[in-house]
Amino acid sequence: MKQTQGSDEKTVLNTGLARMFKGGVIMDVVNAEQARIAEEAGACAVMALERVPADIRACGGVARMSDPGMIREIMAAVSIPVMAKCRIGHFMEARILEAVGVDYIDESEVLTPADEEFHIDKQQFKVPFVCGCRNLGEALRRIAEGAAMIRTKGEAGTGDVVEAVRHARAVQEGIRRVQHMPGEALVAFAREIGAPVELLRQVRELGRLPVVNFAAGGVATPADAALMMQLGMDGVFVGSGIFKSGDPARRARAIVQAVTHFDDPQVLAQVSENLGEAMSGVAVRSLDSAQQFAGRGW
Amino acid sequence: MRIGILALQGAFAEHAQMLSALGTRPELVRSPAHLDGLDGLILPGGESTSMRRLAGQNGLDIALRDFGKIRPVWGVCAGLILLAAKVEGEEPFLGLMDMCVARNAYGRQRESFVHDLRIEGLVPHFSGVFIRAPRVLETGPKVEILARQNGAPVFLRQGCLLATSFHPELTGDGRVHGLFLDVCAKGRAEAGGGAFAAQE
Repeated sequence: MKQTQGSDEKTVLNTGLARMFKGGVIMDVVNAEQARIAEEAGACAVMALERVPADIRACGGVARMSDPGMIREIMAAVSIPVMAKCRIGHFMEARILEAVGVDYIDESEVLTPADEEFHIDKQQFKVPFVCGCRNLGEALRRIAEGAAMIRTKGEAGTGDVVEAVRHARAVQEGIRRVQHMPGEALVAFAREIGAPVELLRQVRELGRLPVVNFAAGGVATPADAALMMQLGMDGVFVGSGIFKSGDPARRARAIVQAVTHFDDPQVLAQVSENLGEAMSGVAVRSLDSAQQFAGRGW
Repeated sequence: MRIGILALQGAFAEHAQMLSALGTRPELVRSPAHLDGLDGLILPGGESTSMRRLAGQNGLDIALRDFGKIRPVWGVCAGLILLAAKVEGEEPFLGLMDMCVARNAYGRQRESFVHDLRIEGLVPHFSGVFIRAPRVLETGPKVEILARQNGAPVFLRQGCLLATSFHPELTGDGRVHGLFLDVCAKGRAEAGGGAFAAQE
């Protein structure tokens, strides 16, 4: 891979935009009206998609990139950054989203994978990518491919936070292991988890991933969001949890506050009051493995 | 010296790291009480709409306005928008700095760029990182322009208020943070040293 001055600048700009999202909430929206509600509630970005994960789950069939026309409408409706999803490995969906001008592309397991062998070579793009992971190795493989931001996968569209917790803890445990490892063990560990040793060295030095890491997949309440922040995540994605709930605007505002004040139970108690129905959800344990999105990607 | 960083949303940890590297222990500001006794405050980059919404929920908006009238404040990118007296298409927030700004005026993320800036008093050039940056359209007579990019002001000063539309916290170059700490130290000396805390 070329390491020119230009690519260094691109890294600063793209990992830098993710840094501006920190301490914030990125919300799934399916139209301009929802996008405006999200912005008004204090979302730091929106994810434009045709169906939220809970509906993708309910509809079945093949889930693809959204209609660029609908994405453009959302881009025109709000002043905050707009993200959109492409299928794993589908670099032409990514090229189309780049041409549309979205601010970030999510190469997402929520959509049906287009390539079961390779993820997108994200270094070839100017637009930044965020990718899902379940553990440190997966996170570092995506970063090696050029992802400028990571999110733990969780299990999207369930409203059940258990997988988000599992994946966040797995990443943090991996980081702790690397930090306490003698230098000579790094190469063997890199081989074990399938990650480049250079990135492991960075993790060891920084005590964290070298890029911003958000939680995703199952966050439905302010308490869920605060829990993910306590586990060391930099912010949260909320997919179905907001617009599948009884009072989306109110819940959106509450989750935004919960991410900022994640260490203040008094504020969390206040913002959790009278939010109406949470999304009803589905327990991850009741899904068989073919129904789980997190297993997609590697 | 006690320097605060508004920590509602955005890149506050990056500023904290930079201040620590310069030997100043940063304090994170999330409520009005956190402003007590500070010698200066950084409004970091992030989403200005998120920060406005969050600050409005616990009275921090009013406290920030009062703080900025008498103490040094530096707004970075979104923070610059928060400081401006006029913002195109929306109500201003703190309204402390006499300038009119347009949000996202350079375009979307694909139009973000890095550009070497000539800043008065700083040699060599400073690497300006512009991410979905706001553009300053007009400035009032009290505003001094410390750097421009393509003719547009990108680094401004009005009394003890500083504003940059670029992100020094992403460069590893602490010189602009150093300039702000100088402004804070001067403000502290003029106000009679550690007397701030006692006054409050």
